[in-house]
Amino acid sequence: MIVAEQKPIAEIISIAFKHKSILVVGCGTCVTVCFAGGEKEGKTLSSLLRMKAQMEQKLLEIEELTVERQCDHEFIEKIVPLAGKVEAILSLACGAGAQLIAEKFPDKIVYPGLNTTFLGITEKQGIWKERCLGCGTCLLDKTGGICPIARCAKNLLNGPCGGSQEGKCEVNPETDCAWQLIYERLKKLGQSECLEEIIPVKDWSTSRDGGPRKVIRDDLTL
Amino acid sequence: MEPMDTTLEILSDKASHRPAEAEFEPEILAFCCHYCAFAAADLAGVMRLSYPPNIKIIRIPCTGKLDVLYLLKAFEKGADGIIVAGCEEGSCHFQRGNLIAKKRVVYAKKLLQSIGIEDSRLEMFNLSSAMGGRFAQIASEMTEQIKRIGPSILRSNKL
Repeated sequence: MIVAEQKPIAEIISIAFKHKSILVVGCGTCVTVCFAGGEKEGKTLSSLLRMKAQMEQKLLEIEELTVERQCDHEFIEKIVPLAGKVEAILSLACGAGAQLIAEKFPDKIVYPGLNTTFLGITEKQGIWKERCLGCGTCLLDKTGGICPIARCAKNLLNGPCGGSQEGKCEVNPETDCAWQLIYERLKKLGQSECLEEIIPVKDWSTSRDGGPRKVIRDDLTL
Repeated sequence: MEPMDTTLEILSDKASHRPAEAEFEPEILAFCCHYCAFAAADLAGVMRLSYPPNIKIIRIPCTGKLDVLYLLKAFEKGADGIIVAGCEEGSCHFQRGNLIAKKRVVYAKKLLQSIGIEDSRLEMFNLSSAMGGRFAQIASEMTEQIKRIGPSILRSNKL
C-alpha cells in the first residue's frame, strides 16, 4: 500500500486560513490503513482546525467527507455537491488522489494534507516500512523475494557493498543490509546458486527515468 | 459517540449560561473506566467524601475505548479540562487498555500543543476501585489545576 504521513499541523493551518471555507476530504484506502488520511484523521484534523479558527476568531467553514478512494473517478463524484460550497479542498490522500481531485475540480484550489512517503508494508501496528520502488521490472525471483532496489540504499543489483557490517547498512545501522538478507534467505531455500548469476545493468526506462508511466489494457478499456 | 455527544451538549449549554462575572468554575470531564475509576468515584460517594462539583463523569468500559476524537470534541465544545482515569498499570481488566489510553493521551496532548491549547488541561490518572479517597483527591487537584490555568479560550471566543 501507499504509506503517507500528515503534514505538520502548523503548515495545514496556514493553508486553511487563507480561505473562508474548506473541504477536508479523507481517502478510505491506503492512507486509512496507515492512519494518515482516513475518516478518523479527517475528523481529528477538522476538529483541530475548528478549534484554532475559534481561538483566533477567524471565520472558517469546514466541510468533511471521506470517499472510498480519491484515485478513482467514480468515487470522487461524491465530492461534487460539497465542493461547490467551499473555496478550497484539502485532500488527505496520496499525491495521486490529490491530483485527481485537482483534475476533477479545475476551478478549485486543491491542497495536499499529507506527504506521500513510500510503497510499503505494515510491519506491526504503528510501524510501516518501505518495500517497493515501483521500478517497473520486478526481479524478486532472482533475489529470494527481497528487493535490493527498494531495500538497499545503493539499489545494488549484485551486492552487498563494502559498507555492510554485521548484517547492517552503513547508511543507517538500524537498517538491515538487503543483500545480507538475500544471501541468508537464498541459502535457507537451497538456492545459493542464484547468487552466482550476475544481474545485468538494469533498464531504468521502465522506472521514473522513462518519464510518467502509463498502463493500457485494451481488454478493459470501454 | 452518541451518549457522549449528549453529555457534551449538556456541558456546552451549562457553560454558555454561566454569568461571566462569577468566579471561574471550570467544567471538567472525567472519562472513567467502569472497572476502577468509576467504581472509585462511587466509593467516594459511599464514603461521604466531598469533591468539587466541577467534575462530570462519563463512564467508559475501559480507558482503551477512549478515542483522541472524544478528547478533541470535548475541548471543542468548551470543556476546560479533561481527566482520563483508568486502572493501575498492570491491572487493566482488558490487559492493556490503560496502556493504550496512556499513549493516546500523550498524542492528544501533542495535538493540543500544536494549536496552542495548554496540554495540562488534559491529564491521565491510574487508580483502583478501592481508592475512593484518591478519586476525590484527583478531582480536587485537577479542579485547582484548571482554575490556575483559567477558562478555555474556546468557550470565550465562540463566534
